[in-house]
Amino acid sequence: MPELSVIEAVRETMRSEMRRDSSIILMGEDVGHRGGVFLASDGFVDEFGEDRVIDTPLAESSICGVALGAAVNGMRPIAEIQFADFVWPAINQLVGEAARVRYGTNGVKTAPMTVRVPYGGGVRGGLYHSQSIEVLFAHTPGLSVVAPATPYDARGLLTTALRSNDPVIVLEHKRTYRLAKGEVPEEEYSIPIGRAEVKREGSDISLVTYGLMLHYSLQAAEMAVGQGIDVEVVDLRTLRPIDAKTIIESVSKTGKALIVQEDTPAISVSSEVAAIIGENCFFDLDGPITRLGPPEIPPMPFSPVQEAAFMPSPEKIFDAIVRLAAI
Amino acid sequence: MELYETMVLSRYLDQRVWLLNRQGKAAIAASAQGHEATQVACIEATDPSKDHYLIYYRQFTAMLALGTEPEELLRGFLARADDPMSAARQFPLHGAHPRVDLFNFSNVIATQLPQAAGVALADKLNKRDAVTVVFFGDGASSQGDTHEAMNFAAVHKLPVIFFCENNRYAISVPMEKQMGIESLSSRAAAYGFPGVQIDGTEVSAVHEAMAAAVERARNGEGPTLIEAMVERLLPHTTDDDHTRYRSSEDIEQMNDRDPVKIMSEKLIEHGLISKEQDEAIHASAQQRVNQATDAVEAEPYPEADLMYLHVTEGPGEVK
Repeated sequence: MPELSVIEAVRETMRSEMRRDSSIILMGEDVGHRGGVFLASDGFVDEFGEDRVIDTPLAESSICGVALGAAVNGMRPIAEIQFADFVWPAINQLVGEAARVRYGTNGVKTAPMTVRVPYGGGVRGGLYHSQSIEVLFAHTPGLSVVAPATPYDARGLLTTALRSNDPVIVLEHKRTYRLAKGEVPEEEYSIPIGRAEVKREGSDISLVTYGLMLHYSLQAAEMAVGQGIDVEVVDLRTLRPIDAKTIIESVSKTGKALIVQEDTPAISVSSEVAAIIGENCFFDLDGPITRLGPPEIPPMPFSPVQEAAFMPSPEKIFDAIVRLAAI
Repeated sequence: MELYETMVLSRYLDQRVWLLNRQGKAAIAASAQGHEATQVACIEATDPSKDHYLIYYRQFTAMLALGTEPEELLRGFLARADDPMSAARQFPLHGAHPRVDLFNFSNVIATQLPQAAGVALADKLNKRDAVTVVFFGDGASSQGDTHEAMNFAAVHKLPVIFFCENNRYAISVPMEKQMGIESLSSRAAAYGFPGVQIDGTEVSAVHEAMAAAVERARNGEGPTLIEAMVERLLPHTTDDDHTRYRSSEDIEQMNDRDPVKIMSEKLIEHGLISKEQDEAIHASAQQRVNQATDAVEAEPYPEADLMYLHVTEGPGEVK
């Protein structure tokens, strides 16, 4: 089984799916001969031609609006947003429009489109190349939102997105693109939307997380072994719909919950996970539902010192684990 | 003649939904009164069996011209279970029609323009002989989506027709506060495709401009912007009062620009119909609307539980 990085898994998945299904087109800024700024579509123009790999004008609303129109008329477009920070001009075409096509037409029209959004920080991206933008999408009925953290999950979830008959937002953490490597089967497979995965089994604390923070959390969990603390790490993988069942099972077993995210915590994914735990695990809890995230300032400073102070790290997560275990 | 009948039917239906609103039976209506000629003539130049239509909320007449029935439209206005466009989830005329490829996802102005470019892109990539017509008002011309859509369509020479019904008011804001130019159609030159301004009360002028645009699109020559000058004879919607922002002279002058009246006078003048025939057309339209109103008013609202359907494919995540 070959070992791939996340960006390689994304590229190979798009390539094999585009070979399989001629209705898949890729559109976005610099996705053509440049191959995308992260090289997700490296070599695609040569193989699929300019009709299917479309360098768009620099205009996010129309990237998503055109993709939506094409989806309604029989295509399965992939819209690439160059950086998540630039998705805001397209929010209306996604949250206002694509999410409501099936509902607003009582099922007469559907929008089978995938929007790939490289997001997240810790890459010296400053205020406009670091944002976590998941909350608005994850709040929206009619959208599915996935946030794979590993090459295996990236391939499985992107495959599902490309075969879905509804709009799917695929959040790819930029820092994981080359950092996270792992074995990915060559034969095709898919991972259903809406299923979390226990990435590390443990008995003392349930650590619920996603994205880059999965990797930091797994490191912190290993550090905690030395303290005699056995951490279970739950990777959400899908942010809408959230897999409440897996969270509840884990927390009911361990009795303690720590939710770790890179996004600012107020009104966020961790708020929702905390609510799920509060509503369902009240009698199983042996400590307060705990959240670890960055401070409530606009993400995130460019200065390396401030960026490091902003981002959760394996050490900060380890400290939170130790504090919660002591309660 | 058939076009005129559709215009008259639209007028009576339009008047009826305003009445139903005043009776407290229809929550909201936007009128097409004044836009009838431009809409029938526009549709007449296309082929509903293969073309696509992205409409907006003032497309009463266009929908009738595309073959939807008065009952179907009334179901939308009265929010009845069998509303074909959205099963009464959306405002009237919003959603998608199961028989004709006409749709209108949203109340957000101008979102349909990039979507239309996408519909046309899919046809172009699949080498299908289909034209996409996207309707919008002068208000929509100010939106960024309008610019983005026209620019994208121009780059890819897409078979799309941007059809603007310019009634000179974005709710209350007059043209001179919306743009610094005399004619919207002049913007087309900046994108690199033709733009024409026509009198939208003249069926023949609209048809001629549309026929040229359709031919261009079918020949793979790209988009056209058509600006049809029309009057909005009534306020923006049933919730609006245009006397607050239009002068009495401005309201008065519209009497000479009523397309139904203009068409009627022309047909009689040219001896194509007699005064009696005209009266019969009106009587028949009124009767058709009465009949449809009685039938639809007796129909049920959708069951509350139906609101859970079609969020996503399959059983969905709700409940």
